[in-house]
Amino acid sequence: MNDVTNNHSGVSLRVSDLRKSFNDEEVLRGIDFEVQPGEIFVIMGPSGSGKSVLLKHLIGLETPDEGEILINGESIQSPEIAAKYRMALVFQSGALLNSLTVGENVGLYLTEHRLKPPEEIARVVAEKLEAVGLKDTSDKMPNELSGGMKKRVAIARALVIEPQLILYDEPTSELDPLSAAVIGREIVKLKQRIHVTSLVVSHDRDLAFGIADRIAVINEGRILTIGTPEEVKQFNDPALQKFLHADFQHESP
Amino acid sequence: MFENIGEIILLFWRTLLALPLAWRQRQKVFEQFFEIGNASLLMVCVLSFFIGAVIALQTGPVLVERSLSSAVGGVVGISIAKELAPVMMAILIAGRIGSAMAAEIGSMRVYQEIDALRTMNIDPIHYLVLPRMVAIAAALPMLVVFAILVGWFGGAVVADLNSHISIPFQAFFSDLRTIVQLKDVANGVFKSFCFALIIGAVSCHQGLATIGGPRGIGRSVTKAVVNSIVLIVIFDYVLTRLLLK
Repeated sequence: MNDVTNNHSGVSLRVSDLRKSFNDEEVLRGIDFEVQPGEIFVIMGPSGSGKSVLLKHLIGLETPDEGEILINGESIQSPEIAAKYRMALVFQSGALLNSLTVGENVGLYLTEHRLKPPEEIARVVAEKLEAVGLKDTSDKMPNELSGGMKKRVAIARALVIEPQLILYDEPTSELDPLSAAVIGREIVKLKQRIHVTSLVVSHDRDLAFGIADRIAVINEGRILTIGTPEEVKQFNDPALQKFLHADFQHESP
Repeated sequence: MFENIGEIILLFWRTLLALPLAWRQRQKVFEQFFEIGNASLLMVCVLSFFIGAVIALQTGPVLVERSLSSAVGGVVGISIAKELAPVMMAILIAGRIGSAMAAEIGSMRVYQEIDALRTMNIDPIHYLVLPRMVAIAAALPMLVVFAILVGWFGGAVVADLNSHISIPFQAFFSDLRTIVQLKDVANGVFKSFCFALIIGAVSCHQGLATIGGPRGIGRSVTKAVVNSIVLIVIFDYVLTRLLLK
């Protein structure tokens, strides 16, 4: 990781025929898609459709049974990949280290890899926290933060890596609509500012249609369709239309 | 427990390979060392004082009755230095620190903090296991030296004050010095070093292997303590046999 390239532009991502089973239950049943450099690509689908498992494969936390994942044409299984490309994952829960302060969490990557002196790390941490609207929270502990703030800290922690590919796992889950909108705006701002490739896994329809360049809809471990938000809305599939138009309904008295 | 022995040995080996990085993690080593050493000191004092006292109480009257009063200091001294202090302190630390290690690492695993470390290319063995192993391997032998001294003191107090024994304080230590040699203390300290590695490896492994939610953490804590104690007792026999000569 210390020899990472200074190239700040996003990377391309290609997933081919990805399959994964747990205890004979096939969770991913041949996933194929491609993400262009600098694109915001949203993978949308109902809970239990295999989105989070797919995400864990993309960051290397799971190994596929079949298929391959290529970053700029190179397999993610390659040992050099971590040294060559910077990738970050924003976890659904934030996954901040509860024993560290917000500042220590955000600067952890730089501290542990000894990439900068402590004063420089403090400056970078302050800068990244300010970028996500959390100035002056550096000395707070994660348990003092709201759900939305934790997610923004997690984004700040990902930003410190200066990622070329950033993956978001359900970035707006458990958030109120205002906080969700803030997170959505942060994702778009990052793309505009550092041209990072963003892959967002979510079941939040508003987020997906609000920020995506393209959307892939996944259901029961398979991709139903891939397209721009408009194309996805027009796609005529009963399962997709049911997902897109699910709503609370009042029974007539 | 035994199905995990291979994984525990592998974890221990990987920690051993990471040992040159221990200096970089010195802040975390010091924090863990403080937690293990300082926070356990009072408990160690109380436990070892009464262990020494009870050994003197059990053996003293029997030996005095047979005109072997000069052996009381030696019996108490040897049994505490070579056996009771290392084993009892290891069991105490397995319950107090091993459980804490398994719970902390287990909760980090369940709440994806360890996954977060991996995504940042930070090896959990370097970041979490190494400081704990180094700290416990340094702290437990020191606690055992302390426990031996306090245990001897407890034995001497009872030998002096109990009317069935009535061996003066100075005579007790004088007898103890003629029988107990430095290598006996070294023997006990070496055993405690081995027990520390067992507690560290078993507890960290159990933490890293945690699955499920809070119930999984609870299971890991129980397994860490029980497995550590079982292995301590087994290795106690093996080490005693090896160090017999």
